[in-house]
Amino acid sequence: MADTGVVETFLQRIEKVDGGADSQEVAASLGVDHQVIVGAVKSLQTLGDVISAELRSSKHWELTEEGTEIAEQGSHEARVFNSIPLEGLPQAELMKLSFGKIGFSKAMSNKWIRVDKSHDGGPRIFRTVESIHDQVREKLLLAKRGDAARLDEKEKNELKKRKLLAEVTVKSYWITKGNSFSTTVTKQETELTPEMIASGSWKEKKFKPYNFEAMGVAPDCGHLHPLMKVRTQFRQIFLEMGFSEMPTNNFIESSFWNFDSLFQPQQHPARDQHDTFFLSDPSLAHHFPMDYLERVKKVHSEGGYGSQGYKYDWKMEEAQKNILRTHTTAVSARMLYKLAQQEKFTPVKYFSIDRVFRNETLDATHLAEFHQIEGVVADYGLTLGDLMGVLHQFFTKLGITKLRFKPAYNPYTEPSMEVFSYHEGLKKWVEVGNSGVFRPEMLLPMGLPEDVSVIAWGLSLERPTMIKYGINNIRELVGHKVNLQMVYDSPICRLDS
Amino acid sequence: MPTVGVKRDFLFKALGRTYTDEEFDELCFEFGLELDEITSEREIISKEQGDSKASDASDVILYKIDVPANRYDLLCLEGLVRGLQVFKNKLEAPRYRRLSPDSGESQRLIITKETAAVRPHAVAAVLRNITFTQERYDSFIELQEKLHQNICRKRSLVAIGTHDLDTISGPFTYTAKAPGDICFRPLNQTKEYTATQLMSLYKTDSHLRHYLPIIEDKPVYPVIYDSNDIVLSMPPIINGDHSKISLKTKNVFIECTATDLTKAKIVLDMIVTMFSEYCAQPFTVEQAEVVYPDGKTCIYPELAYRKEKLSGEFINKKVGIRESTERIAQLLTRMCLLSQPTGVGDEIEVEIPPTRPDVIHACDIMEDAAIAYGFNNITRTTPHTYTVANQFPLNKLTELLRQDLAAAGFTEALNFALCSQEDIADKLGKKISETRAIHISNPKTAEFQVARTTLLPGLLKTIAANRKMPLPLKLFEISDVVLKDESKDVGARNSRRFCAIYYNKTPGFEVIHGLLDRTMQLLEVKAARGEGYHIQAADDSTFFPGRCAEIFVRGTSVGRLGVLHPDVIGRFELTMPCSALEMDLEPFLGHTAEILLTHDVPMQETFKHPFPALSQSQPALPSRLPSTKTVLGDLSSHAGLKALNDFLADRSYIEGFTVSQADAAVFDAIPSPPSQAFCHLRRWYSHIKSFHTERARLPSARSQFVLPPTPPASPNNNSEDDIDLFGSDDDEESAEAARIREQRLSEYASKKPALVAKSSILLDVKPWDNETDMAKMEECVRSVAMEGLLWGQSKLVPVGYGIKKLQIGCVVEDDKVGTDLLEEAITGFEEYVQSVDVAAFNKI
Repeated sequence: MADTGVVETFLQRIEKVDGGADSQEVAASLGVDHQVIVGAVKSLQTLGDVISAELRSSKHWELTEEGTEIAEQGSHEARVFNSIPLEGLPQAELMKLSFGKIGFSKAMSNKWIRVDKSHDGGPRIFRTVESIHDQVREKLLLAKRGDAARLDEKEKNELKKRKLLAEVTVKSYWITKGNSFSTTVTKQETELTPEMIASGSWKEKKFKPYNFEAMGVAPDCGHLHPLMKVRTQFRQIFLEMGFSEMPTNNFIESSFWNFDSLFQPQQHPARDQHDTFFLSDPSLAHHFPMDYLERVKKVHSEGGYGSQGYKYDWKMEEAQKNILRTHTTAVSARMLYKLAQQEKFTPVKYFSIDRVFRNETLDATHLAEFHQIEGVVADYGLTLGDLMGVLHQFFTKLGITKLRFKPAYNPYTEPSMEVFSYHEGLKKWVEVGNSGVFRPEMLLPMGLPEDVSVIAWGLSLERPTMIKYGINNIRELVGHKVNLQMVYDSPICRLDS
Repeated sequence: MPTVGVKRDFLFKALGRTYTDEEFDELCFEFGLELDEITSEREIISKEQGDSKASDASDVILYKIDVPANRYDLLCLEGLVRGLQVFKNKLEAPRYRRLSPDSGESQRLIITKETAAVRPHAVAAVLRNITFTQERYDSFIELQEKLHQNICRKRSLVAIGTHDLDTISGPFTYTAKAPGDICFRPLNQTKEYTATQLMSLYKTDSHLRHYLPIIEDKPVYPVIYDSNDIVLSMPPIINGDHSKISLKTKNVFIECTATDLTKAKIVLDMIVTMFSEYCAQPFTVEQAEVVYPDGKTCIYPELAYRKEKLSGEFINKKVGIRESTERIAQLLTRMCLLSQPTGVGDEIEVEIPPTRPDVIHACDIMEDAAIAYGFNNITRTTPHTYTVANQFPLNKLTELLRQDLAAAGFTEALNFALCSQEDIADKLGKKISETRAIHISNPKTAEFQVARTTLLPGLLKTIAANRKMPLPLKLFEISDVVLKDESKDVGARNSRRFCAIYYNKTPGFEVIHGLLDRTMQLLEVKAARGEGYHIQAADDSTFFPGRCAEIFVRGTSVGRLGVLHPDVIGRFELTMPCSALEMDLEPFLGHTAEILLTHDVPMQETFKHPFPALSQSQPALPSRLPSTKTVLGDLSSHAGLKALNDFLADRSYIEGFTVSQADAAVFDAIPSPPSQAFCHLRRWYSHIKSFHTERARLPSARSQFVLPPTPPASPNNNSEDDIDLFGSDDDEESAEAARIREQRLSEYASKKPALVAKSSILLDVKPWDNETDMAKMEECVRSVAMEGLLWGQSKLVPVGYGIKKLQIGCVVEDDKVGTDLLEEAITGFEEYVQSVDVAAFNKI
């Protein structure tokens, strides 16, 4: 901070000059360091248009300490020459002089002097020329006078190499009066204080302007995970639509509930080691509702309920195998079975969002576990049109309005439909979910009334989240390799905007 | 979903017209197919093996079409074309017929009883007078391969063999022999091998080795001979070379051996229906007789047409359309399901051809009607199902808690439920046998060996992956772990956990402890023994000795908190001290758990929460605890009372400016009214006594002042107490160990370990002007080196007029580096630096 004294003297000086002044000169005339003036200029600049300062920089050549000595007393070699009398001088004596060593070699190379090594009493030095012309000194004198421009580059560099001359950059401001020039400056306050409010002194004070370009101070806070933020929104949507949440807190499931109860045959590829995680401990489930299990066995192996069945040898051991559930539909099956055990059927709307597991090959968009979103509606006389209508409402809440449906295959739904939405960015239809009507072979053995239809749909939570937050690698989103900065920076989740 | 590759131009030729890619894509979409990729052989090879290999390959355009997994009739060009042509009303579905041979003598395949041990079923048929071209031949081979990969489940259920009938002579025998006794020249080989030799020969065959395990361990291998003992095939591995088919083959003998007869019949039907098109008499198949070991004879292929009757109303109601019976019959006919109204009401008779084994129920017929009608022509309606939504109570609690934990300054992490054994055991200083973890039998990598039994390793790994982030790192996760539980139908259950971690230069036990207090506040549990919560020193190998406490809620352990053991920190590749908290959330469900019961699913026992519900909790009774030990010392001793007296000299209350449970607790710890000598203590004592009647309503304490009376007795480890976060044993401890721990805990409360005083400084370094080389300037600044000085991150901040200042952080040891020293050193670079200011100065 420049002190007010200097600032005011400086301003008085500027007031007197017309057309402006150089900060260097002002500093010299005021007898202060140039730094002080620069400080004053900077602080005045923040006050508004008191002065205007134009930055100038100039380079000029200056003599070094050694250069100044030479300019005054001559170059070392000249001084060597001058100190040698006509009768010569013993070399040892010359070397005693302060400039002796340096000047000697230079004078030798200039062929101004010679050494007689065979002279009595040791080597002796003689002049070889009558007089000399001390060019170095002349050049330096030229530079000292400020006429360095008259030296050519080569000469300057030679002198620079000899550390006699140095190039210095001088930066200064060209200062002129500003529109609101004044010789007095009131010190500006930085912040409003309780004292100012109490005394009312804020009314008289001027305040330093804020730099609105700068960023504010980041608040100290915790953050929710983006995937969980999206999950919260999906839960919200389901709740708004009157869907009740299913208890999906059971990652371990028996093959029976995960596959058999859904009329998924025991040889189905999804039940392969390559697709499903099986358990070695506890490897088997032991309790099943046995009458229901018998009906499931029958519909698989022999058919019934109007079905041909799959006509294969259904094995209990296969149904008993414990797995990590491959879909939350296993829970839907349990819920629907439970619903069927009610004395009187009541319509239900269920949803769940939870983890499922697949023993699949992993890549940038696939992990061994992901979150499945599932919705189920069970009521009398639901139609395929109803399923499309519910899907339309659901996706509208996600901000997706253009939908179309593709026939698909799923072992436990018939009809099955893949849901496609038109992606404005990609300019094409992309798959956003799967849906269908549960097969009678699944529902009737549970004991649900024959005219009850159950419609359902599912999608992954990760995909919409990756699209929403622009994440390409799923590992940056889920799991320990998450980028916490991304978590800190992620905006709130509004799916419909 | 199987993908079928067809040559585009052949497809269009067969369809009788050309389509643009978009048009064909549209047609596929409507029919339930997906045009997955448009490519060429050259493109495929160049993608897989590089451009050089691809130069000779054909660049005929290929369509890769995804076919639904149950539509075996669409797995080849012939089937696709037939399906689409019928769908577009350009063709009537052909009628497939089984004929007896002109000679009257059918080919016979005799099954011997030996096959029962390995592959008991076989079916067969003959395609007579067929004409192959290269394309037809390729498609014929390709279809077999597709069937093998899909319905045949990689040949384990069914294996197909096709033979040039003119090279062999019936009757054929399907038998099983010891591998050493089977000897023949297999397809595309020049010499004969025994079956044993073949199995080792094909060990390295990229294609065939996958099928070896199907019969490898069997005592006998299946084999088919003709009447001259020529080997037709050794299913499911390889055919004999003798009977191989070629472009010139006229009569094809097809055999399918199987472990699943239903699928074998379907596979045989598929092959003959698809390729009988090229027979002299199209769509006819010559029958073959299969003779079983019991003498029974069956005629194949079955080519069964099944008739179903259903009502038009059924279809209208299920799909949500209103179409006439006639129109519905037409829709079904377009899906190769020949249908007509019977005239009885709205009854429709539907004939399901042998090509559609996927139609097993009326709902499959209904779907076909919907596809033919066009899914996207169906009116979208809203069902009038009235329901009231309920949240799953555990998730509701989780959602609410998450929000407030983030508000408490912790950031949510989301980690995998699966991990390695090492993560949950070795790395935490535990044995895997102690963890109650479930084990996965077929993990592809060590990352999926077990389901996690604790959330802690995930959070530690998250920190390890984010070491670059500024400290402190404060993370939490609320998620499920999985534990073995005999009482469940599957022998395991989830448990909802809350875990939080604090990672910084100091352990920050007080931060984690504070978070526990906050959490309990959110969960409406008071800090008190008995009906509230308290923590108590515990031993746990995951934690630093003496720095672990167990959390008790209403007398039962719910989890632990503490400073992690340096070995644990090291095993997760971390370098800083770290404290953590993990606890079970389910005990806090309270009475809302009642709703859970109505949602509970069959065979999952109701969750027995180990605590009385909140509403049932006992009225808070002040219980005079026997303990006289406090953080200020033993209050039964003179020294302890003196310390408390001194403490109260300038304080009104134990904690803060209002009376709280802390006062009540310390009050209780004083055995008898203090003597006159302790004037401050006496003042406080009588004041607190006056709260006698309302002490139950006093606000809870923020920290624990009264220490456990006796060495913490091991909590009753009965079957109900199934919360075992870190799997430690709860052995009786010696009085000495307890004393040491208590001492340490009181040290925790009273003083912090001495640290080298350090400060973090943020400097603003201003250049002369906007032309100053800022990079050079930074280089100069960073070149300043002093003992106890560590440069940190920097950035350029605009200050106006195009000038930027360098903002650079550093950490200094206060004793060694002063700010003036720093400023002096930096202003030394006067060529660049105009001034240096301290923008921020913080004690670490």
